[in-house]
Amino acid sequence: MKVLVPVKRVIDYNVKARVKPDQSGVDLNNVKMSMNPFDEIAVEEAIRLKEAGTVTEIVAVSIGVQQCQETIRNALAMGADRGILVKTDQPTEPLAVAKILKVLVEQESPEMVILGKQAIDDDCNQTGQMLAALLGWPQGTFASEVKPADGKVQVTREIDGGLQTVELAMPAIVTTDLRLNEPRYASLPNIMKAKKKPIDEKTPEELGVDIAPRLTTLKVVEPAKREAGVKVESVAELVDKLRNEAGVI
Amino acid sequence: MAVLVIAEHDNAELNSATLAVVTAAGQVGGDVDVLVAGQGCGAVAEQAAKVAGVAKVRVADAAHYANRLAEPMAALIASLAPNYDAVLAVANTNGKNFMPRAAALLDVSQISDIVAVEAADTFVRPIYAGNAMATVQSTDKVKIITVRTTTFAKAEAEGGSAATEPVDAVDDPGLSSFVGEELSKSERPELTAARVVISGGRGMQNGENFEMLNKVADLLGAAVGASRAAVDAGYVPNDYQVGQTGKVVAPELYIAVGISGAIQHLAGMKDSKVIVAINKDEEAPIFQVADYGLVADLFKAVPELEEALAKLPKN
Repeated sequence: MKVLVPVKRVIDYNVKARVKPDQSGVDLNNVKMSMNPFDEIAVEEAIRLKEAGTVTEIVAVSIGVQQCQETIRNALAMGADRGILVKTDQPTEPLAVAKILKVLVEQESPEMVILGKQAIDDDCNQTGQMLAALLGWPQGTFASEVKPADGKVQVTREIDGGLQTVELAMPAIVTTDLRLNEPRYASLPNIMKAKKKPIDEKTPEELGVDIAPRLTTLKVVEPAKREAGVKVESVAELVDKLRNEAGVI
Repeated sequence: MAVLVIAEHDNAELNSATLAVVTAAGQVGGDVDVLVAGQGCGAVAEQAAKVAGVAKVRVADAAHYANRLAEPMAALIASLAPNYDAVLAVANTNGKNFMPRAAALLDVSQISDIVAVEAADTFVRPIYAGNAMATVQSTDKVKIITVRTTTFAKAEAEGGSAATEPVDAVDDPGLSSFVGEELSKSERPELTAARVVISGGRGMQNGENFEMLNKVADLLGAAVGASRAAVDAGYVPNDYQVGQTGKVVAPELYIAVGISGAIQHLAGMKDSKVIVAINKDEEAPIFQVADYGLVADLFKAVPELEEALAKLPKN
């Protein structure tokens, strides 16, 4: 079967976001950008399914500015087969992204779309669920195990109380949680090979999708700062402070 | 104006996080209705009807809502939403699962994880692991919202007397089925509702050592949590994880043991009232947010803490 894996270019996991002085957003100039960590897990899962013989082709998709091509190259270097870049300079909300992906799914006919559960920039956690709704497909969100068999897929999900397993008809949407797998690093030969893999370019207009935002960001500010407190010398002093100063025990 | 709150429950009991959503819904404005969707969930509906500030409780009782799977839940919510200005749910693994699906069925955006209501169409939500707070205004006809319940006071669980009415179930789309669950069993309070939380990180070295934290937790009536590193290493199950993509907690007292304090972890606990950090590395970033820091070997400090707490006279 064919699998589609959307990958988002986001601020690197290890970089602390800085708010712009004019409160219009977060400063992304000269900031290291990487593939969203949950999307790396999605690419890895697709590759493992391919290595197991379940998946025949992996198509990596990214939506955004020209540099998103690097994110696609990264997925290709890990082991995806080809890429699609949907180029736009406008910011896209999850609903718009889901609509673009829906059209690509109709064109590509994959049997599964594996997405990261959440992007670490806007922390929305919406796109996979929205795509599932638009396609009328079932969804297995926050997956820690994915087992396709007999035209269905069993997904074990990380939920608040522990783990839940659901069985989904195919085609299906899966979104990844942290414990699904540990993504591989691309080897140098594979990085070289990835340069020859094809990447198609499209635009939202060509796909006939209206990406006008529904939300207006009025301002973005820094959160209230927490002052560092005091160091205590001993457990006895800690217990005394918690009891008599903070009054919490 | 009217607002619909999706009740969080286990078919027997109303989860208290719902009470915080009722408060948020009241701030959006208008009548606050509560939807209880489940199977054999009459007791939950009775509890919801007693919550102060609730106008009406709507009950969808059908087998396909038993486990609140996303496909039937989203179809039900989307069928009811056009009569409301906003629909709100807890931003937990249930709300995060079915709400975006309902939003897309309605062709509207979702506003995730709100921490404040500025106006009926304007909300504040954390982005970038809480390193920035965005104020967003929605132009959608119905606002689909998930609520970070730690930042809203809980509505009174008693005092209301809302009417209860059944709503028709929407046909099960039949796309998914529930296979099973493995739930962590614990006598301790739930992580997101506990007054005190004690969490362990990679410094705990293994799962057995969490027993030290359990002992302290029992003395304080605390819940036990963990950093991602401790969960990834397999010391404790996934439902212990506190952080950007795990649970968000804001207890009166948070004790971080052997946790260095990555921004992703801080995102899940920095709204706690009092933070204590115990770590042998005095440069650990956790100390930058801790009210009380103890630079010490946790294997010495935690047993000492247990001993000191055990001796403490009861308040």
